[in-house]
Amino acid sequence: MHPQKPRLAVFKFASCDGCQLSLLDCEDELLTVAEQVEIAYFLEAGPADSSGYYDVGLVEGSISTPHDAERIRAIRAQCRYLVTIGACATAGGIQALRNWGDVEEFAQHVYARPEYVRTLATSTPIADHVKVDFELRGCPVNKHQLLELIAALVWGRTPRVPRQSVCVECKRRQVVCVAVAKGVACLGPVTQIGCEVICPQYDRECFGCFGPKEYPNLISLGRRYQRDGHDNGHLTRLVRSFNGYAPGFRTVEKVLAKNNHSSSPQPSE
Amino acid sequence: MTPPPAPGSSLWMPKPALQTLIDRLRADGYDVLGPRMADGAITLAPLRSVDELPRGVRDEQQPGRYRLTLADDGGYFDHVVGPHSLKPLVFPPRTTVLQVLRVRNGWEFRTPDPPRPKQAVLGVRACDLHALAIQDRVFLGGAYRDPEYAARREGLFLIAVNCARSAATCFCVSMNTGPAVTGGADLILTELANGFVVGVGSARGASYVGGMGERPPTAEEEAAAAAIPQRAAAQQTRRINTATVHDTLLNNLEHPRWAEVAKRCLSCANCTMVCPTCFCSTVNEVNDLLGTQTQRERVWESCFNEEHSHTASGAVHPTTKSRYRQWLTHKLATWIDQFGTSGCVGCGRCITWCPVGIDITEEVAAMEGGRA
Amino acid sequence: MTGLPPSPWQTRNATVRAITPEVPEVRTYDLDLHGANYSFRPGQFNMLYVPGVGEVAISVSSDPAVPHQLRHTIRAVGNVTRAMTRLAVGDTLGLRGPFGTAWPVETVRGDDVVIVAGGLGLAPLRPVIYHLIRHRHDYGRVAVLYGARTPADLLYAHEYDWWQAAELDVHISVDVATPNWRGAIGFVTTLLAQLPVKPTRTAVFTCGPEVMMRFVASGACQRGVPAERIFVSLERNMNCAVALCGHCQFGPSFVCHDGPVFSYDRVGRLLWVENL
Repeated sequence: MHPQKPRLAVFKFASCDGCQLSLLDCEDELLTVAEQVEIAYFLEAGPADSSGYYDVGLVEGSISTPHDAERIRAIRAQCRYLVTIGACATAGGIQALRNWGDVEEFAQHVYARPEYVRTLATSTPIADHVKVDFELRGCPVNKHQLLELIAALVWGRTPRVPRQSVCVECKRRQVVCVAVAKGVACLGPVTQIGCEVICPQYDRECFGCFGPKEYPNLISLGRRYQRDGHDNGHLTRLVRSFNGYAPGFRTVEKVLAKNNHSSSPQPSE
Repeated sequence: MTPPPAPGSSLWMPKPALQTLIDRLRADGYDVLGPRMADGAITLAPLRSVDELPRGVRDEQQPGRYRLTLADDGGYFDHVVGPHSLKPLVFPPRTTVLQVLRVRNGWEFRTPDPPRPKQAVLGVRACDLHALAIQDRVFLGGAYRDPEYAARREGLFLIAVNCARSAATCFCVSMNTGPAVTGGADLILTELANGFVVGVGSARGASYVGGMGERPPTAEEEAAAAAIPQRAAAQQTRRINTATVHDTLLNNLEHPRWAEVAKRCLSCANCTMVCPTCFCSTVNEVNDLLGTQTQRERVWESCFNEEHSHTASGAVHPTTKSRYRQWLTHKLATWIDQFGTSGCVGCGRCITWCPVGIDITEEVAAMEGGRA
Repeated sequence: MTGLPPSPWQTRNATVRAITPEVPEVRTYDLDLHGANYSFRPGQFNMLYVPGVGEVAISVSSDPAVPHQLRHTIRAVGNVTRAMTRLAVGDTLGLRGPFGTAWPVETVRGDDVVIVAGGLGLAPLRPVIYHLIRHRHDYGRVAVLYGARTPADLLYAHEYDWWQAAELDVHISVDVATPNWRGAIGFVTTLLAQLPVKPTRTAVFTCGPEVMMRFVASGACQRGVPAERIFVSLERNMNCAVALCGHCQFGPSFVCHDGPVFSYDRVGRLLWVENL
């Protein structure tokens, strides 16, 4: 289809490398992928041709240092399409918890010589710094969504990454709802589909790895869990994890506090 | 050999005969599914033995809440409807509708032959039988028939059970869809303490009874069996006024209640997914990586997802308010215009399995000008 | 297996025979169905399928009397239509159809016909125009009122003189004029307001943005044209095209099956409800 194979690069910022590993985890398909695209730059896997131009740049990780902030601009200039992969790149990641704390204080607790650490006060998603063409959510990203991205590139279309709730996939798989049947505070109803509902299938609540779905109604879901006796601290910690800094999840603390004080209509029993 | 009982007749059958019935169906190549306790709910799952049935288990259902309670004794069918309906058996959540292969002069398009599983379901309730009849109209009654639904529907053997109780979320009485089974099943069981009263619903059903210790039911057994669904009916508190709901909803498309319910609604699609009649689907491309083969895959979709109403000029239903309105007006009003029947069978699943407990009957009542 | 109708998903090959640029981002594709038995009525649509990318519902824009010269005029706006811009003459795509209701050209025989189109809305009405030209003597006065955003956006501009010569009363206007534009400026609703009509023997066919159709239809109603003789063509998300997937519902209607062409008396009230 392509006269020349599209050149693909994978870049890493503040992250755990888990999303890159998801790409390597495409064991059966990896050879086919390599036939269809030229993997030009992928340090985790070997290639490091850092010269020139890439058709697609996959970016893992968040911006957490002054150097990151400069490097991402250079990478943007090298890539036709820039795709962020994973919770760090799309929402700031778990390390964005610092955005609610004091980084200098953390550094003094963790490092013997904190003066050597050059870091920003915040961990922010790539899209806060440069234009992002497409994003794949998840902590880590889902292998099938990565393959969908590549297949879409091969076939010349926009990748299909639905933004509906995790519940949709739970129900398609006939997984019993843990929120309704167990009274567990589950983030499925406000979280984007894509993870193949691993947690609810193993009788665990969703903890929001794929970030907020389209129009997440945190107010209503929060109110329901509050009514069931889940305290605000627990609910805030649940939401404020890998995607805590994502718009839609970011304001959870305020939402819950406001719920406690509001007399908005409640579903009656 | 005595001739098989005629459809419409009824007989009494001892409890152990249920195992024989399962064995006979399995011997004939049926996958037998029935109610089984799993993950804190009564699910619909493969069944080999009556010992796997949730004997003495009751389900307590409330808006947004489902819990099981266990009793020391009790019947096989003391529960009512769980999260699973017949829907995925005939309308699978994920299926391939077209296979496409790149060939020399274009493409080869192949519609796969639909699978024809033989599935027997034990413990089907009246509401779900009505839901199946509604889906028959949707998938088979129009100008275009759904080939996979048709194939799967043909292989369905249905052993219904009359409900012995109602959950708090049930409202089949008002929808005129239960709790007594009035048809649509091959066999209809009513569980008594000492056995089952079996109604023969079809010739196919008749061919599976006989030789299992059956006898004609006594007058007392007949009366006891008839009283069982009546008792369940009397327990229902929720209702929808079917005489007025069509016009009420369609005359109130701008009612402030839509905006109010939208504040509570999560647009999470759970109600549509558990609904035994909701039939929306989307066909997506599933491509290989080589650019030579692709297929079109149909998955369950919901009117609560933005993509559902997507057009070149944006979503037709861009807000939760417009989506909830689409769902409720379709289910209870425009469905009647489309298919000559309501889309609701009063099973209450949308109430129980809504994470925030939105109650369809309460929303209708609010539109009716009652409780707001 | 016997006795079952063919699967609604069955797709056939359609080869691109010509690609004609029309206005910016809009092309007309001539498709060849390789002699397959095919006919359509004006206003009906096909599902065009770019394998690997997806399907899209597109109205037929060619002459129903020449079904083997099948044409679709398409704006590159979504995933599939953008992929179609990469097609070349000789390439093959998939096609299902035709689907949906038609403009009732037979039932309005003998009457005056007013065609009101906006932007790309002219494409599904062109088969009507061709039909009326072919059977010109079967109809009374025929007017074509067409508006586009700018002169450069006027679709099928090279055909207007021919339509006029075939005794169609053609009126064109643009929302935004350019210096050398000599024609009317304003909305098509204004053209309609200025057109003399005999309300009781006139039928109105309109297609364009929904807001335009609403005002055209209500304007025609105010002029005394009965709502059941005003027809609109609606756009909704068509996924299956056979009333099985639920996406295109509009009140009690499946737009793919009960539409896309509706009489205004059937949908008028609902068209004024926001986000329905």
